[in-house]
Amino acid sequence: MLQVSRSPQVFDVVVIGSGAGGGTAVKILTDAGIRVALLEAGPMLTPEKDFKEHVWPYQVDHRGAGPHAASYFGRQQWGYFSAPNGYWDVPGEPYTVAQGEQWRWFRSRIIGGRTNHYGRISLRFSDYDFQPEDGLSDPWPVTYDEMSPYYDKAEGFIGVTGTKEGLRTAPDGNFLPPISPRVHEVLVQKACGKLNIPCIPSRMAMLTKSVNGRAACHYCGQCGRGCFSASAFSSSQAMIFPAMKTGKLTVFTGAMARELISDSSGKVTAVSYVDKATRTEKQIRCRAAVVAASACESARLLLNSKSPRFPNGIANTSGMVGRYLTDTVGYALGGSVPALAGMPRHNSDGIGGMHVYVPWWLYGDKNKDFPRGYHIEISGGFGMPQLGTFNGVCNRYQGYGKQLKDHIHEEFGANVSFSGRGEMIPNKNSYCEIDPQRVDQWGIPVLRFHFQWSDSEINQVRHMHQTFSALIETMGGRVSGAPFDSKAAISAGGSIIHEAGAVRMGADPKTSALNKYCQAHDVKNLFVCDAGPFVSNPDKNVTLSIVAFAWRSSEYLAEEMRKGNV
Amino acid sequence: MSDAMKPNPLDFSRRDVLVQIGAGIGMAAAGESALSAQTAPAAHTAAVYAPKALTAHEYATMENLSEWIVPGARAAGATQFIDFLCNATDDMKVIFTGGLAWLDDAMRRRTDGKDFISASQDQQKDMLDLIAFRENNSPEFGPGIQFFNWARRLVVDAYYTSPAGIKEVGYMGNSAMSKFSVPQEAVDYALKRSPFA
Repeated sequence: MLQVSRSPQVFDVVVIGSGAGGGTAVKILTDAGIRVALLEAGPMLTPEKDFKEHVWPYQVDHRGAGPHAASYFGRQQWGYFSAPNGYWDVPGEPYTVAQGEQWRWFRSRIIGGRTNHYGRISLRFSDYDFQPEDGLSDPWPVTYDEMSPYYDKAEGFIGVTGTKEGLRTAPDGNFLPPISPRVHEVLVQKACGKLNIPCIPSRMAMLTKSVNGRAACHYCGQCGRGCFSASAFSSSQAMIFPAMKTGKLTVFTGAMARELISDSSGKVTAVSYVDKATRTEKQIRCRAAVVAASACESARLLLNSKSPRFPNGIANTSGMVGRYLTDTVGYALGGSVPALAGMPRHNSDGIGGMHVYVPWWLYGDKNKDFPRGYHIEISGGFGMPQLGTFNGVCNRYQGYGKQLKDHIHEEFGANVSFSGRGEMIPNKNSYCEIDPQRVDQWGIPVLRFHFQWSDSEINQVRHMHQTFSALIETMGGRVSGAPFDSKAAISAGGSIIHEAGAVRMGADPKTSALNKYCQAHDVKNLFVCDAGPFVSNPDKNVTLSIVAFAWRSSEYLAEEMRKGNV
Repeated sequence: MSDAMKPNPLDFSRRDVLVQIGAGIGMAAAGESALSAQTAPAAHTAAVYAPKALTAHEYATMENLSEWIVPGARAAGATQFIDFLCNATDDMKVIFTGGLAWLDDAMRRRTDGKDFISASQDQQKDMLDLIAFRENNSPEFGPGIQFFNWARRLVVDAYYTSPAGIKEVGYMGNSAMSKFSVPQEAVDYALKRSPFA
């Protein structure tokens, strides 16, 4: 057997994963003068080479279809022009799903992870998200008031647009100036007014003013392609690249973490990883470890870290690792709005994504047939024409020639669509575990998923459909698409890419893996800093909270190291 | 072995962005001038372009058909795009070679042996009026309707992602602006036509 090579150097902290959580840990720890090794399973990000910002479709011979025309046959996993981010199907790195169930597991393998491409919707969780009043999921071991200062710090650093609204379902924050609504968004706001639904300026991690040396936005709307000027937040550009200049950070790319090595006292002493380039196993020694590999990947690493002291995996004395896996409930509906047809042309790119949104508005309403709620995202406007942009018009009018061309001209920018993003109640049937039969190409045992929606989520999707239909019709529009069937319409688990849970925190070590600082109950020098620790998955996209929790955990870790407790 | 990476300098200012956009893609505050500043796509010249996947006859038929579907599509290089995709995957090639052969065969049956491009304008139009609408579906025309759906989809895609199509439809973005604002004229236009007037 090959000798495993160990790093001669002992790093203060090894951080595993470079997304929102890992990036934040790297920033806070290196700012505190701590020497950090960062393991990333993918390559370095090189924005000037990897980003396709401002490229027109005709500048590429396949115009975005992919070199093998994959987009025309449903074989393209992600838009060609998007920032490099990852996929549901990663070659050589399979996962399995229990028979008859559905789960899609998105993995990002690059410096910055999903923050290179994410929607950058940045919503604080509410007080009732942490301390649920309905008793349907367990309370978090922290309160909103404890987290609020960390949301302030996270928003101040990454930069989030917004306005103070005083809504309990959408707590106010430390906001940059909002951006004015596009024309279709003005109509949506009017429709919401008629239906007594709030519609407020969106809270997005794009800079309407320069922050920390990052340039203000130039309003091309292409944030998902990656932003050369880092005016849209990414952990790669805003956290990791600056940390690399401090001399405190060593980055290991192509490093797939296999196992956390612990000593007889139960502390992590090293991280074992596969160096993908050489297919050899290496170890980095450390005083503490921060696991931020994404909820399920972090659970997998802990479960695969077995030792006589931790026969069920490290930090898993409770048996909770892998349990209470959730994703966001997703449903979308669009329509064409005659009031927008033939509108005078103008540049409506703005910031990437919506300029206004609908926060949950029925908290405490007893008349609905599902618990908790959802927010509504809005899209429309004169987007850059792409392959497929006019499929809907072609299907509706058919034909050819000048008539078809006139319809396309008339309907450009006249479509509006709504996406619901709702809360799933954590349930016992949704979890991941190590598949006893399979390993990936690195020899690492893979995850097997179990996932089921309950009636709570199915009923919520029906409510979304009714609300979106009412909004479209109130604008004078026509709903597009097939007749509604809530079981078919609900998103596949994992497809919204908001996985949370699987390494949950809690006050009781018997029912949780981590304490209130996301520190393992069993292992004092081990922290988890992604959405794995989240006890529930509120209807408020997880990234801002990942940053806030990672910030708090990292400050705590730095202080514990200073005191000699870790 | 540590493959520690060098810092990746990314101190881009807005000015750098403008320079970058200006250099590569053609920057302007308004879409109109942005379009004129763009690097043109490979100029379409059927005489020079050698089809990679389609035969000369198939290519010529597709050029004719593309101009029927979207006037201006021929000059915008729609058939070149389709030929590229047919060369990229056999799944696409079989759709177009099969569909174009069906089209010639169907035309011959109706015209005493003329293929599609040899038929008169009126004969071509009669055929399109059949296969451009799913309501005409029948065992006889089903394959033609299926094919025409694909042809329309790709011709529309090709045209509206070309400089001519982007200009025609009136997309004015993909630029850098120091401020975002919406013209009041556009807001008024929509509100006046909406139920909120």
